[in-house]
Amino acid sequence: MSEYFGNIKTGAVTIATGMGITLKHFFNAIHRKGDAGVDDVDYFRQVDGLCTLQYPREVIPTPANARYRLYNNIDDCIGCGQCVRACPISCIEMETIKVAPDDMAACGKTSDGQQKKFWVPVFDIDVAKCMTCGICTTVCPTECLYHTPVADFSEFDRSNMLYHFGNLTRLETEAKRQKLAEIQTKALAEKEKKAAEARLEKKD
Amino acid sequence: MSTMVISQFSIPFLMGNSLNAWSDALAGFYLFGLPLGLVIIAAIPLVFIALYSLTYGVYGERKISAFMQDRLGPMEVGKWGILQTIADILKLLQKEDIVPASADKFLFVVGPGILFVGSFLAFAVLPFSPAFIGASLNVGLFFAIGIVAIEVVGILAAGWGSNNKWSLYGAVRSVAQIVSYEIPAAIALLCGAMMAGTLDMQKINILQSGSYGFAHFFLFHSPIAWLPFLIYFIASLAEVNRAPFDIPEAESELVAGYFTEYSGMKFAVIFLAEYGSMFMVSAIISIVFLGGWNSPLPNIGSVALNDWTNGPVWGAFWIITKGFFFIFVQMWLRWTLPRLRVDQLMYLCWKVLTPFAFISFVLTAVWEIYRP
Repeated sequence: MSEYFGNIKTGAVTIATGMGITLKHFFNAIHRKGDAGVDDVDYFRQVDGLCTLQYPREVIPTPANARYRLYNNIDDCIGCGQCVRACPISCIEMETIKVAPDDMAACGKTSDGQQKKFWVPVFDIDVAKCMTCGICTTVCPTECLYHTPVADFSEFDRSNMLYHFGNLTRLETEAKRQKLAEIQTKALAEKEKKAAEARLEKKD
Repeated sequence: MSTMVISQFSIPFLMGNSLNAWSDALAGFYLFGLPLGLVIIAAIPLVFIALYSLTYGVYGERKISAFMQDRLGPMEVGKWGILQTIADILKLLQKEDIVPASADKFLFVVGPGILFVGSFLAFAVLPFSPAFIGASLNVGLFFAIGIVAIEVVGILAAGWGSNNKWSLYGAVRSVAQIVSYEIPAAIALLCGAMMAGTLDMQKINILQSGSYGFAHFFLFHSPIAWLPFLIYFIASLAEVNRAPFDIPEAESELVAGYFTEYSGMKFAVIFLAEYGSMFMVSAIISIVFLGGWNSPLPNIGSVALNDWTNGPVWGAFWIITKGFFFIFVQMWLRWTLPRLRVDQLMYLCWKVLTPFAFISFVLTAVWEIYRP
């Protein structure tokens, strides 16, 4: 019998406690839960208040050193292709054209003074595939490939997830290719000429 | 006990301010020989249910539950999401009215109707104001308790007609629950009827009016009156299938219980019936124990708060406010307590509420006979 009344008492007390808690939360809904960080002294004191974030309009800022969307600073890219080989899921696609000797100045140098020897007409990163492992960024010799703090880059069309970083237009690419081909044919012709001369000299 | 005290301080209406004046005037209103006034009397609670469930019922509950859980609730449609319910209704109206191929077509279609009619019929005897009551029956309270039992038929028809195991489980649970909880609920209300000495809803209200406001309410009528009040409140939760007694719906076990197969407007009707009966039990508990349309404010000397805040319009305000307060408590409980198990539900009904209801019944009877 005492158990019976004990149960009723426990029921009444626990219901009252629970209702007290929900009512406290109900009245605390007039203000937002504080935004103190984990290292803040008040972190565990800010239990009450609305905690919903109305996402597209309000965001928690990502840390400055956060590693999310991959970005290539193409001005510093020397087109070495290390990243393409390092990527475990092959999300980087790259095409390079050798720079003609008289174009070296036009192609320019990286920010730390290294002469770029490749045009990079195609540098495509499929960010839909990218798993932000960061291997490509570690192998990059000029540190031009890095993860940015941009975390939300959702798209309605999947093809928009393919990011193009190439620094040449189609016409330019065509021109550079032709130039290189000309130089190469020239060089080849010269080489053959030299070889023929050498043969002639040998005969003599 | 004051009798027939209808304050004259309210806004004068063409129909007069005396007891049941508005509803009597409406009942006598004929157009082209048709009793149009009677239709209007029936339409008023219907419009009220629709409006209140649209605003307070759905939007209010979503907001209240959100705030209790530190969320924001609907925020996108309109400012603070106030148009969310309109958007929901537009969606419901456009939905295809599906009747499952293997369902019992007749029962499936008729179920929600019976359910709604069951909860709506009790509105006939709810005095919305001193001057308005649908049907001034001298057995109003008895009618209100009895007619609600029709809901069980609707739930069983819906559950059985759906030809779905979850629906059937939900319906069977609901029937067991409602039939069981009607006993403590009825006995608790009988305590109120004993204190009043009548079953007439308007007379119960009149008996609770007086210049001391809330002190005349039956809740403070006897030292034991809080017990039937509490018992009726708990039992009424079970009768309208609200949490923690929502095992007929039990969304985590039974998908949606007896209305699993319903969609579109039939679902909306079931929803409306639930909100209708929520207000109905809240109104009954405020009529029997908290003075119905009487103002709770007392007259303090020359500041006649009670006289100023009584009258037909004030009466409607008070009874709706009291009803909304109890609906808030129902929502508050819903977002606080977990659902009871079936055996716990029956334990609570038969081993706790029913004996205590009998005790309070006997004590109230003793108090009524030997009160000083």
